[in-house]
Formats: sequence, C-alpha cells, structure tokens
Amino acid sequence: MDLSRFERLSDTAWRIAPFGGMRVPAIVYATEDLMREMDDKVFDQVTNVAKLPGIVRASYAMPDAHWGYGFPIGGVAAFDADEGGVVSAGGVGFDVSCGVRTHLTHLTREQVVSVQQELADALFEHVPAGVGSEGEIALDEQAMNAMLLGGAQWAIERGFGRAEDLERIEERGCASGADPAAVSEHARKRQRREMGTLGSGNHYLEVQEVAEIFDAKTAAAYGLVKGECVVTIHCGSRGLGHQIGTEYLRDMVISAQEYGIELPDRELACAPIKSELGQKYLGAMRSAINCALANREIIGHLTRQVFARFFEHGELPLMFDVSHNTCKVERHAIDGETRQLFVHRKGATRAFGPDHEGLPEALRPYGQPVIIGGSMGAGSYVLAGMEASERQAFSSACHGAGRRMSRHAATRAWGGRKVVDDLRAQGIIIKSPSLRGVAEEAPGAYKDVRAVVDSAEAAGLARKVAFLKPLICVKG
Amino acid sequence: MATTGDQVATGRWEHFPHDADIGVRGYGASPGEACEQAALAMMAAIVDPATVRLKQEVDVDLEAPRLDLLLVDWLNALIYEMAERRMLFGAFEVKIDDNHLKGRAFGEAVSRARHAPAVEAKGATYTELAFVEDRPGLWRAQCVIDV
Repeated sequence: MDLSRFERLSDTAWRIAPFGGMRVPAIVYATEDLMREMDDKVFDQVTNVAKLPGIVRASYAMPDAHWGYGFPIGGVAAFDADEGGVVSAGGVGFDVSCGVRTHLTHLTREQVVSVQQELADALFEHVPAGVGSEGEIALDEQAMNAMLLGGAQWAIERGFGRAEDLERIEERGCASGADPAAVSEHARKRQRREMGTLGSGNHYLEVQEVAEIFDAKTAAAYGLVKGECVVTIHCGSRGLGHQIGTEYLRDMVISAQEYGIELPDRELACAPIKSELGQKYLGAMRSAINCALANREIIGHLTRQVFARFFEHGELPLMFDVSHNTCKVERHAIDGETRQLFVHRKGATRAFGPDHEGLPEALRPYGQPVIIGGSMGAGSYVLAGMEASERQAFSSACHGAGRRMSRHAATRAWGGRKVVDDLRAQGIIIKSPSLRGVAEEAPGAYKDVRAVVDSAEAAGLARKVAFLKPLICVKG
Repeated sequence: MATTGDQVATGRWEHFPHDADIGVRGYGASPGEACEQAALAMMAAIVDPATVRLKQEVDVDLEAPRLDLLLVDWLNALIYEMAERRMLFGAFEVKIDDNHLKGRAFGEAVSRARHAPAVEAKGATYTELAFVEDRPGLWRAQCVIDV
C-alpha cells in the first residue's frame, strides 16, 4: 500500500483521516513491512466500511488484513443501533462463525510421533473432509431446529462432546437470539448431511507440538506445556452458513436503497439493525453461529474417538474455541460511556483482555486465548487478549497469516506432491483428498505468520503465549 | 453447450486473481453464453471440468431485478445444486430473456478419488461483479467466488 495516504500513529498503527463520506477514521494495525506488502484494496475496503451508517469510533484492520468482500479480511467495525447502525451480511461473510478450537492432549511429542502415520490415517478416515464428504449425523426438521437453537450445547446433549467443554467456548457454546424460522429451506437442505464435516480450502485439523512458550504463566493457565501436543480444528458453519450468507447478502443488496443506505460497494450490503431485515438476518446469522459451534464440537468428539484408539487417556480437554467471522452484541466503553454495540469481525478474532466478564473464571486473570492459524508448514500461535486491545479495536486481534499469493499463482509455483514430500521431510504428514488443494495452501502462499503475531503484540492487540508446530495436517 | 475453455473467440473463460479466493470470467457472443463460460470458470476452480462425465441434468430457472444480479444468482444456484446433490458439473446451457434465465447443468455425482476437488465454492460474491457487452457481440460475465 502507498503509505503516504496514512498518518503514522506509532510503529504499528496507521490512521486514515475521514474523507469522501467516511463517518469515522480508519486505522490499520501493522508494521511498516506488513503495510507495504498489503493490497491497495485493503485501503479501499477499510475506508468504505467507515462510510456505513452508525459506525462507532473507527473502522479497523488487523495486521493480517487482505482483500476481502466489502470488508477487508481482518476487518473490525462496531455499530450502534440507536444511531441508525447497520448489520452487514458482507461484514460477517459466507462462512458465518468460521473459527478455531484447540484441544489439549497432554501427550508428548514422542508419544504422538511413535504412531504418527497411523494416527494421521485414522484422523483422515474418521473426520469427513473435502468436497462431497458427508457426516454420519442426519438431521430431521426437529433436530435441525434444536441444533440451530442450541449450538455446542445441543451437540453435547446428543452425546457428541463433553459438558466441561462449554466453559471454553464463546457464549458457553450457544449464541442467544437465534431464530431458526429465519433460516431458509435451502440452507437447511444444504446442511442435512454436513454436521461434523471439516470442509475444504483453508480448513484443517492439525496435531501440533507446543514448540515454544513465550508467557509461562499464561501458558500454564491455558494448559500448554512445551513438548506436549495439541489438536487444532479450523472450520465453520458449512453449507448452512454459506447459504444464509448468500441469501441475506442478496436481500440486503436489493433493499439497501429502500432503507436509504448508499452502498460504497455492493458487497457491504447491510440493513439497519432496527429493521425487519436486520433482525431477521441477526436471527439467521446466530443460528449459523450455533451450527458452527455444534459442528466444531462434533469434530472435537470424532477426534477424541480416534485418539482413544491409540492412547489410554484420550480425553482431549478443550483449551478454547473462538470464531473469527461474526457479528456480536457487546458492551464497550466509548468516551467514558458504556454502550451496546454490534461488533463485526470479519477474519478477526475477539480478544478480551484480563478480568473481562465474558471470560470463564479460570482464564479471567490471563485474558482470552486467541488462536492464530498459520500455514501447514509455518505453524500456529496461541495469543492472549490484552487490556489495551479494548481501546485499540474493541478487543480484537488478527486471525491468521493471510495469503500473500493467489491460489492460481500457488498452483503455478508448487506441485501438491512436492509440497507433501517437502513437509514430510520436515516431519509433517499431510492428508488431503486433493493434491491441487494442497498446492493452493502451500506454506509459501501465506505471509510470515510470525511477523503478523509480532505486529499484533506490538500494537497491543494480543500477546504471544505459545508457538505450535504441526506434526499432522488433515486438509479438506 | 459450452464444454471447453476456448471453443470460439467469444466462448472462453479465464480466472483472475483475488488475494484469498478466485475470480471467474466468462466471455460469450450472448449473455447466455457468457454465463455458461463463467460457470465453467467456476467449475475449473474446483475441478478439471473435462474429468466430469455428463450423466445427469439439473435445470435452473431464475429471475433477478438486474442482469448482473442474475449472474450471481446463476452461480449461486449452481453452488447450491452441487452441495445439495453432491454433484459436479462439466457443461452448461443458458438462455437469457430480459432478466429471466433458464439454465441446464450437466454433470455427475462427485467422486473424491477420481475428481479430487481442490476447493468447495461457498458463494458467488458481488466483488468485481460485471455483466456487460464490451463491444457488439462480446459479453463479459465475471465476479469473485468465495472458496
């Protein structure tokens, strides 16, 4: 990006003063190197978001920001319903409540490596992944409605999870305000055979070694021990969320004029929070959040079943489950006044700091775990929410490395077989139904995740706790 | 029926880059042919369309208030049919009259082993959306697909 268009606030904060219809400034958090690497479209998108009605304080972009749809991926914006604020289907995206969870195994690297190939094969066989895969849980109409209302709580009641997991999932595994009646027949049909499926693209299930600890106290509180292994699962609300995104985006594009909203980009399609369409979308979107929470809980359950075949203690307690494509109602302090805001995070992770009321008691002194998925070669990070993040970006942080290369360019640069072989030489087993899919997700197609998390820490968004190195990666 | 990427000068498709996802573009002598080619471009992001046997047909009938919305609706209808029927498509026929589209997709049940699909299309977006006649007899239909 051309940095001359920004006012530099610090080494990692860059401001764009309001111009051309922006209601608030835009702020991007990143080092100068990451800023220069960012697509110019991030500038366009973060400033377009600042033009939406009812936006509060600023439109933000995280260090992993890249060109998205309407919002940049890595975009954060909060809206006040009492000031004509909007809810945007484009600001949440197609994969509603896509997110990450990490389970602890308390198994050493040596224990896992001793059965690495067999474990990889079993996980690939047991957890449905890739286009055309199906889950074993078929939902009739009644079960579908119960799932859309209950989220991970529903999954656990059905025996697909453990009650103690709920404390480690945002909103205890169930988004309130879900309205199954706002979920179309098409969306329901698309989900009928997709419960407990991983999906494809950048979704994955990884067995990872805790390779480095940066904050010993917080790591201990999270249950992370150097040399032990964890399992991280990245996926979302599957076909149901995709269909809800598709349908409401269209409705909002068509009705924007009716609501007197001038869209700087059609993909920013939105409706006033206090409108029939806005309320209907919120009800559907929260149903999709519950679908994603249930889906990840089921995949966690399937993973536990596989581990139990290999190890005596296969409990795999849940460290945390956090979504990064959402709109949530939260209370934030604005100029000394606490206000209820609708916070959109599109490819951005909520990152509550220490002592936040929304955190479970055991984690409260340390801040919320923020799980940052890297590429399958580079590894991932666990961060912790910081107090400063509330002021910086409504308690938000990055969500991943962010792509530096298109899928097309990646397949021209690497062959899938070579990527698999190279990673195997590094001790990482890749299991995927598609070698082309592997090539598209090659480590070199992503930015340096270390630079992204260092940037997030320097910006006061979240601090580093641990680095996770992959041993097994199941990709869809 | 459009089955290849470059049959005639107008009947062809291509991809264009997007950071995280993929842009699809179809050219045709008519709006219908451009839609057929855009659909092939979308399929080519998922699988090699030539590997898909044309064993089953699925009909699609759509109306939209604007031509460009019709393109998004068409691609989203195909994404829905693929997901719901567990199918992949390899060829398309489209006729457009005003803002009414009648389409037919030809394909077969997805085989993970034979097709090895690279990605799943989540939805067609309004990003980089264009459905225009660039010059008489050359229609361009394009948008970004979230994968």
